Amino acid sequence: MASVSLLFVTLLSVTLYINIKSFILWDQSQTFLPSLSDSVLMDRRFPFKVLEHIFSFVDSNEDRNSVSLVCKSWFETERRTRKRVFVGNCYAVSPLKVARRFPKMRSLTLKGKPHFADYNLVPDGWGGYAWPWIEAMAARRPLLEEIRLKRMVVTDECLEKIAASFRDFKSLVLTSCEGFSTDGIAAIASTCRKLRNLELRECIVDDLGGDWLSYFPETSTSLVSLDFSCLDSEVKLSDLERLLSRSPNLKSLKLNRSVTLDVLESLLRRAPQLVELGTGSFSDELDPEEISKLTKALSELKQLKSLSGLWDLLPEYIPVLYSVCPRLTSLNLSYATVQMPDLIDLLSRCSKLQKLWVMDLIEDKGLKTVALCCKELRELRVFPSGADLDETDVTLTEQGLVSVSEGCQKLESVLYFCVQFTNAALVSIAKNRPNFRCFRLCVMEPFAPDYRTQQPLDEGFKAIVERCKDLRRLSVSGLLTDKAFEYIGVHAKKLRMLSIAFAGDSDLMLHHLLSGCESLKKLEIRDCPFGDTALLENAAKLETMRSLWMSSCFVSFGACKQLSQKMPRLNVEVIDEHPPKTRPDSSPVERIYIYRTVAGPRLDTPEFVWTIHKKPEVGVSRLAIR
Amino acid sequence: MSRKKMGHTFASKLLLLLPTSLACFSVFPLSLIEKKVSSMNLSSIKQLASTKPHFIFTINFSITNSFPYFSSVKMDEFVNLEATELRLGLPGTDNVCEGRERVSCSKRALQGAAENETESSTMKTETSPPRKAQIVGWPPVRSFRKNIVQTKKNESESEGGRGLYVKVSMDGAPYLRKIDLSCYKGYSELLKALEMMFNFSAGEYFEREGYNGSEFVPTYEDKDGDWMLIGDVPWEMFVCTCKRLRIMKGSEAKGFGCDV
Repeated sequence: MASVSLLFVTLLSVTLYINIKSFILWDQSQTFLPSLSDSVLMDRRFPFKVLEHIFSFVDSNEDRNSVSLVCKSWFETERRTRKRVFVGNCYAVSPLKVARRFPKMRSLTLKGKPHFADYNLVPDGWGGYAWPWIEAMAARRPLLEEIRLKRMVVTDECLEKIAASFRDFKSLVLTSCEGFSTDGIAAIASTCRKLRNLELRECIVDDLGGDWLSYFPETSTSLVSLDFSCLDSEVKLSDLERLLSRSPNLKSLKLNRSVTLDVLESLLRRAPQLVELGTGSFSDELDPEEISKLTKALSELKQLKSLSGLWDLLPEYIPVLYSVCPRLTSLNLSYATVQMPDLIDLLSRCSKLQKLWVMDLIEDKGLKTVALCCKELRELRVFPSGADLDETDVTLTEQGLVSVSEGCQKLESVLYFCVQFTNAALVSIAKNRPNFRCFRLCVMEPFAPDYRTQQPLDEGFKAIVERCKDLRRLSVSGLLTDKAFEYIGVHAKKLRMLSIAFAGDSDLMLHHLLSGCESLKKLEIRDCPFGDTALLENAAKLETMRSLWMSSCFVSFGACKQLSQKMPRLNVEVIDEHPPKTRPDSSPVERIYIYRTVAGPRLDTPEFVWTIHKKPEVGVSRLAIR
Repeated sequence: MSRKKMGHTFASKLLLLLPTSLACFSVFPLSLIEKKVSSMNLSSIKQLASTKPHFIFTINFSITNSFPYFSSVKMDEFVNLEATELRLGLPGTDNVCEGRERVSCSKRALQGAAENETESSTMKTETSPPRKAQIVGWPPVRSFRKNIVQTKKNESESEGGRGLYVKVSMDGAPYLRKIDLSCYKGYSELLKALEMMFNFSAGEYFEREGYNGSEFVPTYEDKDGDWMLIGDVPWEMFVCTCKRLRIMKGSEAKGFGCDV
């Protein structure tokens, strides 16, 4: 009798256990949305398979976002088929939600810190940690193949986790990231057997030596691109040579500065299939035989399209590059401190050039040559060399940009640093080139007016936004009044990103921008004299934008509080050394960063970042938990 | 929006404007009515400032004349706004208008509202070497690119000179700063700049005893990883070997041999 009842109890408990376990499993498998079963989808007019096939032709993420808003079945189909996921602000959504939403995710792109972090305006430790994302993906999306991060803090633990968790990992691209050392890179190199891309672009790496290069597998690698130009320490030449010999697919190689010129020839011999080359330092003493060997090796690179590096390029080595010039579509001379007239010889041979990055040592004369010879030019960036601080004569004026805009019909993207500018130049640039998509002008004197007429540069920028209907990105500088921003608000309808410094007179400036620019997604402002009114009036606009950065303006703490309490899906973060609580509401805050989010306030803020709580009675807290 | 809500938001705006104007931190008058007058003054001064890059302009503004609500405040009552000076300065003097300075100004302005000093726009002119103003993050060039060009320049100027940006931390301050060592010609300039940046005073330096007269001790970490007292080695050697700076405070500083 006892044994029967015992058996009965056992059976009952086992049945119960199985039921509960399966219930838990079923619950866990639910996504945060009610999922429609396949049979239901099949009953729709367009069965699931057909929709899926159609969506496979939709590449751009913006289009996919629109597609997913049509109806529930389209949302479901789209999310199950999206392979490349882009998150423009890593705090706008939680990693868990993204992992759950896209089961077929193969590539993840994330951006962390605000753009002005590049110019030291965001203190160290602000945030942008990659770890929560990598942890979430490692647990739920082990088939992930590509991770691209920009301005994020990546630690060695992150890199080791990537290496350990994603068995098919193919591509790691880190731009402007920091927080890791060469040990993490070694982990990636050694463990990811299918690695194709390993690119460290302008990262700040704790460089513990060049050993990491020897960690690539001894058998042939599948490497397609390798970029370690931001590292400092020397890598062993033999390691590099052997790596090149066993990487037949390598198309892009960007060396760091410590790779000297005398070894370049032996490296190039082993990789004649290169399409992109970033050399190391170009300044050693070579004897004539070495020079001719190097020239020959370079001429063997029949597929070379892009050339960069060229640190400290000496004028006597320019002829070495002549053989590759006619095929080049991209040339980065921004580390080559070569002056005129040596540059002319180089540039006049680059007739197919589409992208050119130089320093202002190119001067107006050099830009005239570019206008004459490089008719295919699409992108031009002219960086300041700081030579004007030494009082050496560098005559780069607005005339340089005018001549390029006249001569290069396809020019659509410009970044130009110049000491001063004129309205007339801007007007003729706009007339010549209405096809600008990206126009970034940095007049290095703050508040510098048109130096001929002493007028503000309002009319010049008016011409730019009026004529360039396709303008997506604009950076303004020089002396500007509110009128300039009125013009921008009225005309720049496709503008997505705007950067402003030392400009404007009053709140009207911000009001024009927020009420006028329909497509505005990112706005960053520093040292401009506006306060609270425009911000509060146009609060609704902020939820249609990705982010707004303001530093050294006059936004008061009280306005931040109001804004945060008014707009539930905005995170209003105050970056301030002193706790805002100790100051009156009217006092201005140093920097604020406002971004839309569905993830609520973040929990990893450092001691100098304050998230304004949504509940008025709480006010401000470091850990602003909803 | 209901009438009640409208009245409420208007009142809150009014209340917001009250302390704002009293705090007198606004360099640029914000009233739309007064805009013409104020903006003319502003742009003409700006234009003047831009044509004379090697002068230092000290300009104090008042906003008391811009708000029609406050007719009781006299037109020529200005509050001394030293911290909101619009400066086109130069390296070696303090940095242009940091947010912190403005913040501390509003505190002072509230306290000093009773002072009511009259001060019209003044222009001090000082001759100075024609170098560009050092504004944080300006021109907007990425730091690694700045360092590269800087390194190249300093290599050509003086052999072995590095002139890199080094981080400066101070005990008690939550975040670090960066300074460019090549801007300074000697220890006195460097110390002055540090004192202004962090608002402390270092005391006097004695060779045997270290820094006397203050609980702050400026130290640096050299290439070997050792923490050294600033001022012990010749300036050129210091610039070459310094990796970062730290302003120590209190008990930790005792080990450097100063009388605290």
